[in-house]
Order: sequence, then structure tokens, then C-alpha cells
Amino acid sequence: MMRADDLPRLLRGTPGTPHTLDEHNSVFATTTSIPSPLEELEAAGVFGRGGAAFPTARKARLLRSQRGHHKSVIVNAMEGEPASHKDAALLSTNPHLVIDGAEILASIIGARRVVICVARNNTRVIARVTKAIHERERRRSRGVDLVLQTPPWRYVAGEESALVHWLNDNESLPQYRPQRPNILHVNGHPVLVDNAETCANVALVGRFGAEWYRALGTERHPGSTLVSVTGAVERPTVIEVAVGTPLRSVLSLANADPAPQALLLGGYGGTWISGEHLELTYDNESLASIGASVGAGVVAVLGREGCGVVETERVVRWMANESARQCGPCAFGLPAMGEDLAQMSAATRDAKLAHERLIERCAEIMGRGACHHPDGVIRLVRSALDVFAEDFAAHDRGEACVGAGSTRHFLSVPRLEHEGELIWE
Amino acid sequence: MGVKRRLAAFHLEVDPIACDGFGHCHELAPELVALDEWGYPIITPEPIGASDPALTSARYAVRGCPRQALRLERVKDAESRR
Repeated sequence: MMRADDLPRLLRGTPGTPHTLDEHNSVFATTTSIPSPLEELEAAGVFGRGGAAFPTARKARLLRSQRGHHKSVIVNAMEGEPASHKDAALLSTNPHLVIDGAEILASIIGARRVVICVARNNTRVIARVTKAIHERERRRSRGVDLVLQTPPWRYVAGEESALVHWLNDNESLPQYRPQRPNILHVNGHPVLVDNAETCANVALVGRFGAEWYRALGTERHPGSTLVSVTGAVERPTVIEVAVGTPLRSVLSLANADPAPQALLLGGYGGTWISGEHLELTYDNESLASIGASVGAGVVAVLGREGCGVVETERVVRWMANESARQCGPCAFGLPAMGEDLAQMSAATRDAKLAHERLIERCAEIMGRGACHHPDGVIRLVRSALDVFAEDFAAHDRGEACVGAGSTRHFLSVPRLEHEGELIWE
Repeated sequence: MGVKRRLAAFHLEVDPIACDGFGHCHELAPELVALDEWGYPIITPEPIGASDPALTSARYAVRGCPRQALRLERVKDAESRR
């Protein structure tokens, strides 16, 4: 049996050579059986890893109370964040762990089908998941159906309503959902959408129990978590740390710059935090004190020689391009914010005006999209205005900072595609 | 029902995907709906009381929307607006 305080838990094995079903069953060998998975999940306090950190047990309980003979569990491994590679790493190491977790969730809510969604361009992961599904199908005749679905890779395609929309109508566009609490349906049947990493955590609880699971992590957010570290690092990596590890040790584990200028936490819709806050621990309670959150587990490191204004502009322009262009405030507002930031990063004579306009536009656009895509961009811009206040002031005066001239960029941003090239179906 | 209705408060809600920025809502209910620089509605967060004359113009705005993107929703006390 795996020791409770041993890391890695989720990434145990060799990345790139996934465990076969036999290997998987011997590595994650279990001696105890869990009588009631839902109570165990509640006791373990597993929380969602897709960004919102919602308690998984509460979501499962809500879906269990729904009626429907053809419910399904959707494993969201879309990874719209260009900086995030955790789901790919997880599915390339322990695909069976994710499927185990999805099956446990399916048994809790009474679902017959597990749908694993992997973005279409992630061919390696698709091959590994396909193999894992075949292995399982050969073993048993009964149990839930396993289906692999490959929606197109778009930033908003991983949003749960966009994913469900794709499964329904082959369109990866988010939907307007005014009801609260919101239950998503595929073909009229309720579905539970959970991140791949969440499913793997559920599998660990299902195998070893809540007490074992709580050996790592904090009281409110137990367990371990996957972190994709990019930017000023030796090489971009996915590491697994216990929740509540100090940020400093997260950086040193990933061989990152030990004294960065700033960190982008959560993803491209996340928050910049200043490099002074390395004494904070990597969990939501501690990060909330400076208005940040763990989000989707991205830590992008900005080195001393980088310019926060330029990096923010690049990310915002890309995010604006990735808008589904359904809601006016997002379709027009985000490109306008990108233009404002371009004025500022180039330190033109309109920079000061653009700065004021940007602040106004942030307040104007906030919360007016059908999904939270524009809200994420605004969170990013507001935190940038806060963290890089001095740099912004210098750019406003027309003196671009030293980093703005350098050709080295820290955040990886995909090529901007022309509107006609964007594939949504 | 009658008592509840008199005590209830309402607010306009727009479906941002359906909305195409015609601006009719601003014309019909200028005290409740402002337009942003692209012509899309910004709805006042304050609830509209049942005896408020603004409720009439809110109903006009709902009926006058060419995309049927506006709805008049009853505000629940416990529910916080998202």
C-alpha cells in the first residue's frame, strides 16, 4: 500500500509511459474496501481542480438527487490554458486512476456513461486514453460505458457549458445559464462535469479512504495538487505538491528563478502576485489574503528582466482573440482592452489616456458575459495594474521600462489566429 | 399571490448571447438601462419595487426587445446577484 505522506500520489509512475491496468492495480493496491463512497468523499473534503475549487462531494450529491436514467460523468481534460499541462501529464502517467475516479463518481450519481474529453490537437494523450479504455473493455463485460470525445482546442471550449454544448450540438460555445444552481444536461439527461485531476483524487479516496487522503494538505483543502510551472524555469514542468506547500519550495522544486519579479497564479484568467509574496503557502486560504487563488494550477514565473506590461498585453490580446464572440461586451470589450494595453506597452503619447480608459472599461465589462471569460481577463488586468503599478506609471510617462525592449518573453502565448481560422466544431 | 406581488422586487436580466445591441431597451427604459460604448446594455443593479413607475418602462423594454433577450426576474432575498 502507498504510504499516506508519500509524494507523488497522482503522478506516481513514469510520465510518458502510462501504467497498464495490471501495473495500475499493483501500484495503487488496496486492502480496505470503502463502504459508501459519497460519505468518504465528504469526509475527505476533495475539492475541484478545474479552477473554482468547489467541493466535489457537494456537486456529486446535487447530481445524485437529479432524476434521469441516462446520466453521465464528463471528465474534463480539455486544458484550455496554454500554460497548463497537468491533465496531459496525469493522463500520460495514470490514465486508469482518472477512469477509476470517474467510475466511482458514476456509481455515486447513478450514471451509466463516462465521457472523457480531451482536446483534439493533444494526439498523444488521445492515444493513451484510447489504449486505457481498450484495456478496460477487454477485461470486463459490465460496468459503465467509457467514451472518448475530442472537441476542438479553444480556451473557452473547456468551460463546462461549452463542453456540454459540444456534446449536444457539436459547437464549443459557452451557453447562458441563468438558473442557480445550474445542472447541465446532455440530450436532456443530467451530467456531472469534473476535472481530470479531481477524478484522480476521487480515485485515491475510493482506494485508500479519507483518513489516508487527509495526511497531506491543509484542513480545508486536503490532498496534493498538480502545478504547471512555466516562465522563468529551466524547463516547463508539472510537479505534484501537497496543498499548502510554501510558494518558495514550489519554485525550487520546479527549478524556477528563486527571486522572480512576479508570479501569475491560476492561469491566463488568474492573478499576478508580486515576487515578494514567496512566503505564502500554495493554497486558497493563504492566497486569498492577497486576492489570488490556486485556480487551474498554473504558476507562470516572470523573471527580473521581463516587463509585466508587455506580458499582460500579449496574454490579453490572445484571450481577446479566444473569445467566442457571442456576447457584445466580451467580443468588443476585450479587443479594446488589448488595444489600450498595446498603447501602454509601446509607451506612446496616448498611454496615460489609455490607462484611464482601461480602468473604466474593466468596471464596465465586469460580469457581463455569459461565461466568466471576460471576468478572468479583467481579474488579470486589474492585478497587473496593481502589481506592476510602477512599470505602468513609467510607461505612461513615455519611458518604457528596460524589460519592454527585450525580445525574451516569459509567458507562452499561441499564435493569434484570424477570426476565420478559428474552429469551433 | 396578491400580497406577495405587491411586496416583491424585480430586476431586468439580459441574455448576453442573444443580445445584439439594438438599444431599444435603453430607449424604452432609460432610467434602468444604460448603453456601453458598443451599444450593449448595462442594467442598473438596484431592484425595481412593484409600485415603482420604472416597472412599467421595464415591461416596455422587455416587450420591445427585438431579440427577446430581456427578462423581468423577481429578486429573491437570499440569492445574491452574480
